[in-house]
Amino acid sequence: MDLLNALLVIILVLNLFALGTSRILSVIRIVAAQGVLLGALPLLLYESIGLPEALAAAVGILIKGLLIPTIMTRALRDVVIKKEVQPIIGLLPSIILGALGTGFALIFANRLDMAPFQGGTLIVPAAFATIFVGFIILTTRVKALSQAVGYLVLENGIFIFGLLLVDAMPLVVEMGVLLDLFVGIFVIAIMVKHINRAFSSTDTSQLVALKE
Amino acid sequence: MTDIAVHLLVLILLPPFLLGVINKTKAFFAGRKGPPLLQTYRDIAKLLRKGMVISGTTTWIFRAGPLVTLAAVAMAGLLVPFGASPAIIAFQGDLVLFAYLFGLARFFTTSAALDTGSSFEGMGSAREATFAVLTEPALFFAFLALARMSGSLSLVNMLRVPAMGLAAGTTAPLVLIAIGLFIILLAETCRIPVDDPNTHLELTMIHEAMVLDHSGPLLGAITYSASLKLFIIGSVLVDIVAPWKTGNPLMDWPIFAGELVVLAAVIGVVESVMARLRMNRVPYLLVSAILLCGSAFILLVR
Repeated sequence: MDLLNALLVIILVLNLFALGTSRILSVIRIVAAQGVLLGALPLLLYESIGLPEALAAAVGILIKGLLIPTIMTRALRDVVIKKEVQPIIGLLPSIILGALGTGFALIFANRLDMAPFQGGTLIVPAAFATIFVGFIILTTRVKALSQAVGYLVLENGIFIFGLLLVDAMPLVVEMGVLLDLFVGIFVIAIMVKHINRAFSSTDTSQLVALKE
Repeated sequence: MTDIAVHLLVLILLPPFLLGVINKTKAFFAGRKGPPLLQTYRDIAKLLRKGMVISGTTTWIFRAGPLVTLAAVAMAGLLVPFGASPAIIAFQGDLVLFAYLFGLARFFTTSAALDTGSSFEGMGSAREATFAVLTEPALFFAFLALARMSGSLSLVNMLRVPAMGLAAGTTAPLVLIAIGLFIILLAETCRIPVDDPNTHLELTMIHEAMVLDHSGPLLGAITYSASLKLFIIGSVLVDIVAPWKTGNPLMDWPIFAGELVVLAAVIGVVESVMARLRMNRVPYLLVSAILLCGSAFILLVR
């Protein structure tokens, strides 16, 4: 239980670093590290670890920690953009916003009705905080690729929340979600490339107006 | 008694070795052979034999700066438990003394730099003071959380908490504190994401800019107190991250020294793989250290 909490706290720290890093490549790497930690989390929760559980964890780590980051790094390399994130509200304000959200999640998670199900773990606050940070990245970053990173963080938060249901949710569902995510990122990476070819910028705020 | 003797001996002799380990690690990553591990000792010995050039515009503060810094940092070393030995001096509330001994050291370093009247040194002092404003609250939040866990305001008891085994609910805060303290360590000892100890480009220097005018034995004292600082904050960190004790002093001292060497190697790795942060980005890192240590405290009191 303590090891689980320690890992969750490291995930929260990675959230903050993802908010505060200026280079897209570094953000992708941070989220990849988060994915690897997340993949290992279910192993701490299962009563007994058999081949299916180990396989699921391995596939999770492989997709979140290796495959998706590789695709995104490729996309980043291929499109000709400035390799820095362009936040709308500045890096320091977004770190502070994220930390505030994390603090509130930590304080209020105990007041929720599901408090008894947590059993002393930080799963619920960590999930809320990660989802919140995902939203911040998703809404305050201009480039399509950094928005995809936000989507990834958001999904990580949902994944953490799913850990509460680890007894009820079959592995197949988890695998399905992972596959969806993988396809989603794949599509985004391809789209980013095409946007870049057609409009010479992946700035999504310029995509609101139609042009001939 | 022997513990106190060993404590002092370790405090005096080991620190420059850590700088050697860091440089060796960096050389390894750069594919060089690197200076020998004992190079820092030789540097200090060489500097102590040399004469001093002292600018005519300076006053006694310039000469007192490095010496007061050295004395204050060495004094802080007496408050921290090393290896098998508890701290030599311990009383309730010594964590405040610990933090402000570093404050005193910083005050005299910056004053001595300002005393020269050089614009570069003034710039370095301003930066050092600015960043210190951000590291200090982080350090205090970390101490606050440790004090809350141990129910004591003395560093000896506070740093014993991790060694007593991980009680329910303390692991997560300890992880946060450890990460926060590592950032504090890098900032206080002027290592790479914050400051580059090897830089000689005046516009980007922080610590190095402040000591430009010092030479000879005074520069030796500065180098030595820099390594002492690394050693002391490093041992606080080691007490939290890896509080392994066997109870046998003959085992505990080598374990402690080994852990510090590993820590130095880790710092070397960080320096090798990371680029230095842009000057205006450094506060972000330090603010996140504050936030980490602060959330550790929130986790404990919620």
